[in-house]
Amino acid sequence: MNLIIQNGRVLDPQSGRDEAADLLIEGDRIREVAPSGGMKLRDAEVIDVKGAWVTPGLIDLHVHLREPGQEYKEDVASGSRAATAGGFTSIVAMPNTDPVIDNGELVQFVIDRGKRAGLCRVLCCGAVSVGQKSERLAPFGEMKRAGAVAVTDDGRPVTNPVMMRRALEYSQDFDLPVLSHAEDAQLSGHGQMHEGVISTQLGLQGVPGVAEDVAVARDILLAEHTGGRLHIQHVSTARSVDLVRDAKARGVRVTAEATPHHFSLTHEAVMGYHTSTKVNPPLREGKDRAAVIAGLSDGTIDAIATDHAPHSSIEKDVAFADAMNGMIGLQTALPLALNLWRAGMPLLKVIALMTTGPARVLGLSTPAIREGALADLAIFDPAATWQLDDESNYSKSKNSPFWGRPLEGRVRATIVGGKVVYQYDRKPVWSVQH
Amino acid sequence: MIGGQHLLGMQQLDSEQINAILSTAQGFLQVSRRTIKKVPSLRGRTIITLFYEASTRTRMSFELAGKRLSADTVNISASGSSVSKGESLHDTVMTLNAMQPDAVIVRHPASGAAAFIANRIDARVLNAGDGQHEHPSQALLDMLTIRQRFGKLEGLKVAIVGDIAHSRVARSNLIGLAKMGAQVRVAAPKTLLPRGLVEAYQCTICPNVEAALEGADVVMALRLQRERMEGAFLPNLREYAIEYGISTAMLDRCNPDGILMHPGPVNRGVELSPEVVDGPRSVILDQVENGVAVRMALLYLILGGEPA
Repeated sequence: MNLIIQNGRVLDPQSGRDEAADLLIEGDRIREVAPSGGMKLRDAEVIDVKGAWVTPGLIDLHVHLREPGQEYKEDVASGSRAATAGGFTSIVAMPNTDPVIDNGELVQFVIDRGKRAGLCRVLCCGAVSVGQKSERLAPFGEMKRAGAVAVTDDGRPVTNPVMMRRALEYSQDFDLPVLSHAEDAQLSGHGQMHEGVISTQLGLQGVPGVAEDVAVARDILLAEHTGGRLHIQHVSTARSVDLVRDAKARGVRVTAEATPHHFSLTHEAVMGYHTSTKVNPPLREGKDRAAVIAGLSDGTIDAIATDHAPHSSIEKDVAFADAMNGMIGLQTALPLALNLWRAGMPLLKVIALMTTGPARVLGLSTPAIREGALADLAIFDPAATWQLDDESNYSKSKNSPFWGRPLEGRVRATIVGGKVVYQYDRKPVWSVQH
Repeated sequence: MIGGQHLLGMQQLDSEQINAILSTAQGFLQVSRRTIKKVPSLRGRTIITLFYEASTRTRMSFELAGKRLSADTVNISASGSSVSKGESLHDTVMTLNAMQPDAVIVRHPASGAAAFIANRIDARVLNAGDGQHEHPSQALLDMLTIRQRFGKLEGLKVAIVGDIAHSRVARSNLIGLAKMGAQVRVAAPKTLLPRGLVEAYQCTICPNVEAALEGADVVMALRLQRERMEGAFLPNLREYAIEYGISTAMLDRCNPDGILMHPGPVNRGVELSPEVVDGPRSVILDQVENGVAVRMALLYLILGGEPA
């Protein structure tokens, strides 16, 4: 059955298209794009999305799906459900599972789980080092052949600079970007939140911004030295944004991402010891948040990525110092990103940061709404307000500081390869295969 | 007043409440000096002290305060309890809650632990020190001791000297003294001055200990934890004693009536030279005595008594 998506405002960052249009989908491809009302009716299921916006499916290049090993927090299927409910059609799993995804077999395992879930496209990263121990290089070739799209020791930094150097060299043979969780672990020490006036008041040990800056500088210099492809994950400080901007100007092959929580919140959110605000890197100061937004605007930062990090009450219903880092983010990313547009960022730029931007970081084909393109689409009501709560949440975990707070912008439907895999006003169609 | 509230920190109190607590405590001082050291105010009430850190004076001070008000007091320490069997803080608290205590006095190494417990329990929670966050009863007993000597707090010059970064005593005093109109200055090794201190509290930072002591009415020395030698905060105790320790000669820079305080236990010969501990300016033992009275006042007021 063909599908016609009628009367939506189509936003396509690749072509710059922003107009009311109808889409005809045949199989897994977009067959035709025509101004609204201009498409001949034919034998097709018609979805009228008047009032909604239609964009290429969102891509999240940084999620923790916790499988294998910590399925009580999340698994590939539940993470996929949360992703499609958030408008994501492709997500990239981080390898800091138990065991660590540091070989081809485990990469294959995660990809298979994603296919079995049959919702969004589940891509996978392999580790940089065996067991993420910064001692021996993981088999990049084997992992690439199994489908890995990048290598990273995310969750912990590559502490050994020689390991990072080798990774940036060896990864070039397989055209894999190295995603860096840039943190000097000794400078961050036992820090629990951003080091500043709030950490002083709360009596919590601080993680200084310089712990990130030193590592970003190191990795940029190593990328420059080796010619490798470096991607800085979750940039959180003003200085790191500057370092990336300067490196790009010099022609270093570096890209960067920022999370919705780092461009939406500051360390003041930690007051009250809310463990849902405990993340690594920590929520920073107002000037850092402003610099991250400026970096997203001017192209220094290429992509918005959630760093979706589910934890259960075992990790979060504890004293702040004992809580683990991370917050979930797949379902809140789009409404928070739309706040950037509400604050003045061009709309197509915001959409690009969640579609073409992450695709470029990973070297994936460019998502687009045009004839012949893959029919991965997000359809959402930009003004609809809702909240993340027990009813709307699809993750197994609830660790979000946005839980129960009003959010503006709600996904109406998500389409992957021409199939509707999420629909807000109907029962979710989780059994769909593609 | 503070009836029915938790006491989590000095942050929550205003100057009127602080004055009422201090006046009530002043009245309770005489109870401890009688032969029969007991009044019936809290008869039938149950108070639990829940201590996750080693403590002698604070735990005993709260326990005596409860007993002298005729409450039933029970002490739980982390070692030798279900905590040592791996029970989570949440589960421990819910278990205690089921036993219907009226007040729980908490000491815990994690900042924010008192608030964590207060959010889960029906009893009133009194923070007896949470990590590096606050230790409000210590600040109150310090203020009572100062008020006894000077008759006021407003306008006094108070120097806080030592490991500010890791000190909950310093934080509670910085907050409380500012609310009472005292002028607080601090001196510490640069490694032990937390970032944003002046933004966070009304205080000035002195370039060295001598400058902080100049004309001071009150000198508060802080205990130097021996584990600060790890993490490269300081080279060794000897250098700390020489460069930052307080001696009799240094105290001569103070106001002639100036007093020396310390929350205890003292590292003699480290933050204080041995003779100043026992010297004429030292009010360290007055602080201990006032501690019982302040804690009696807190328990009495929080569990529903009228202020003096």
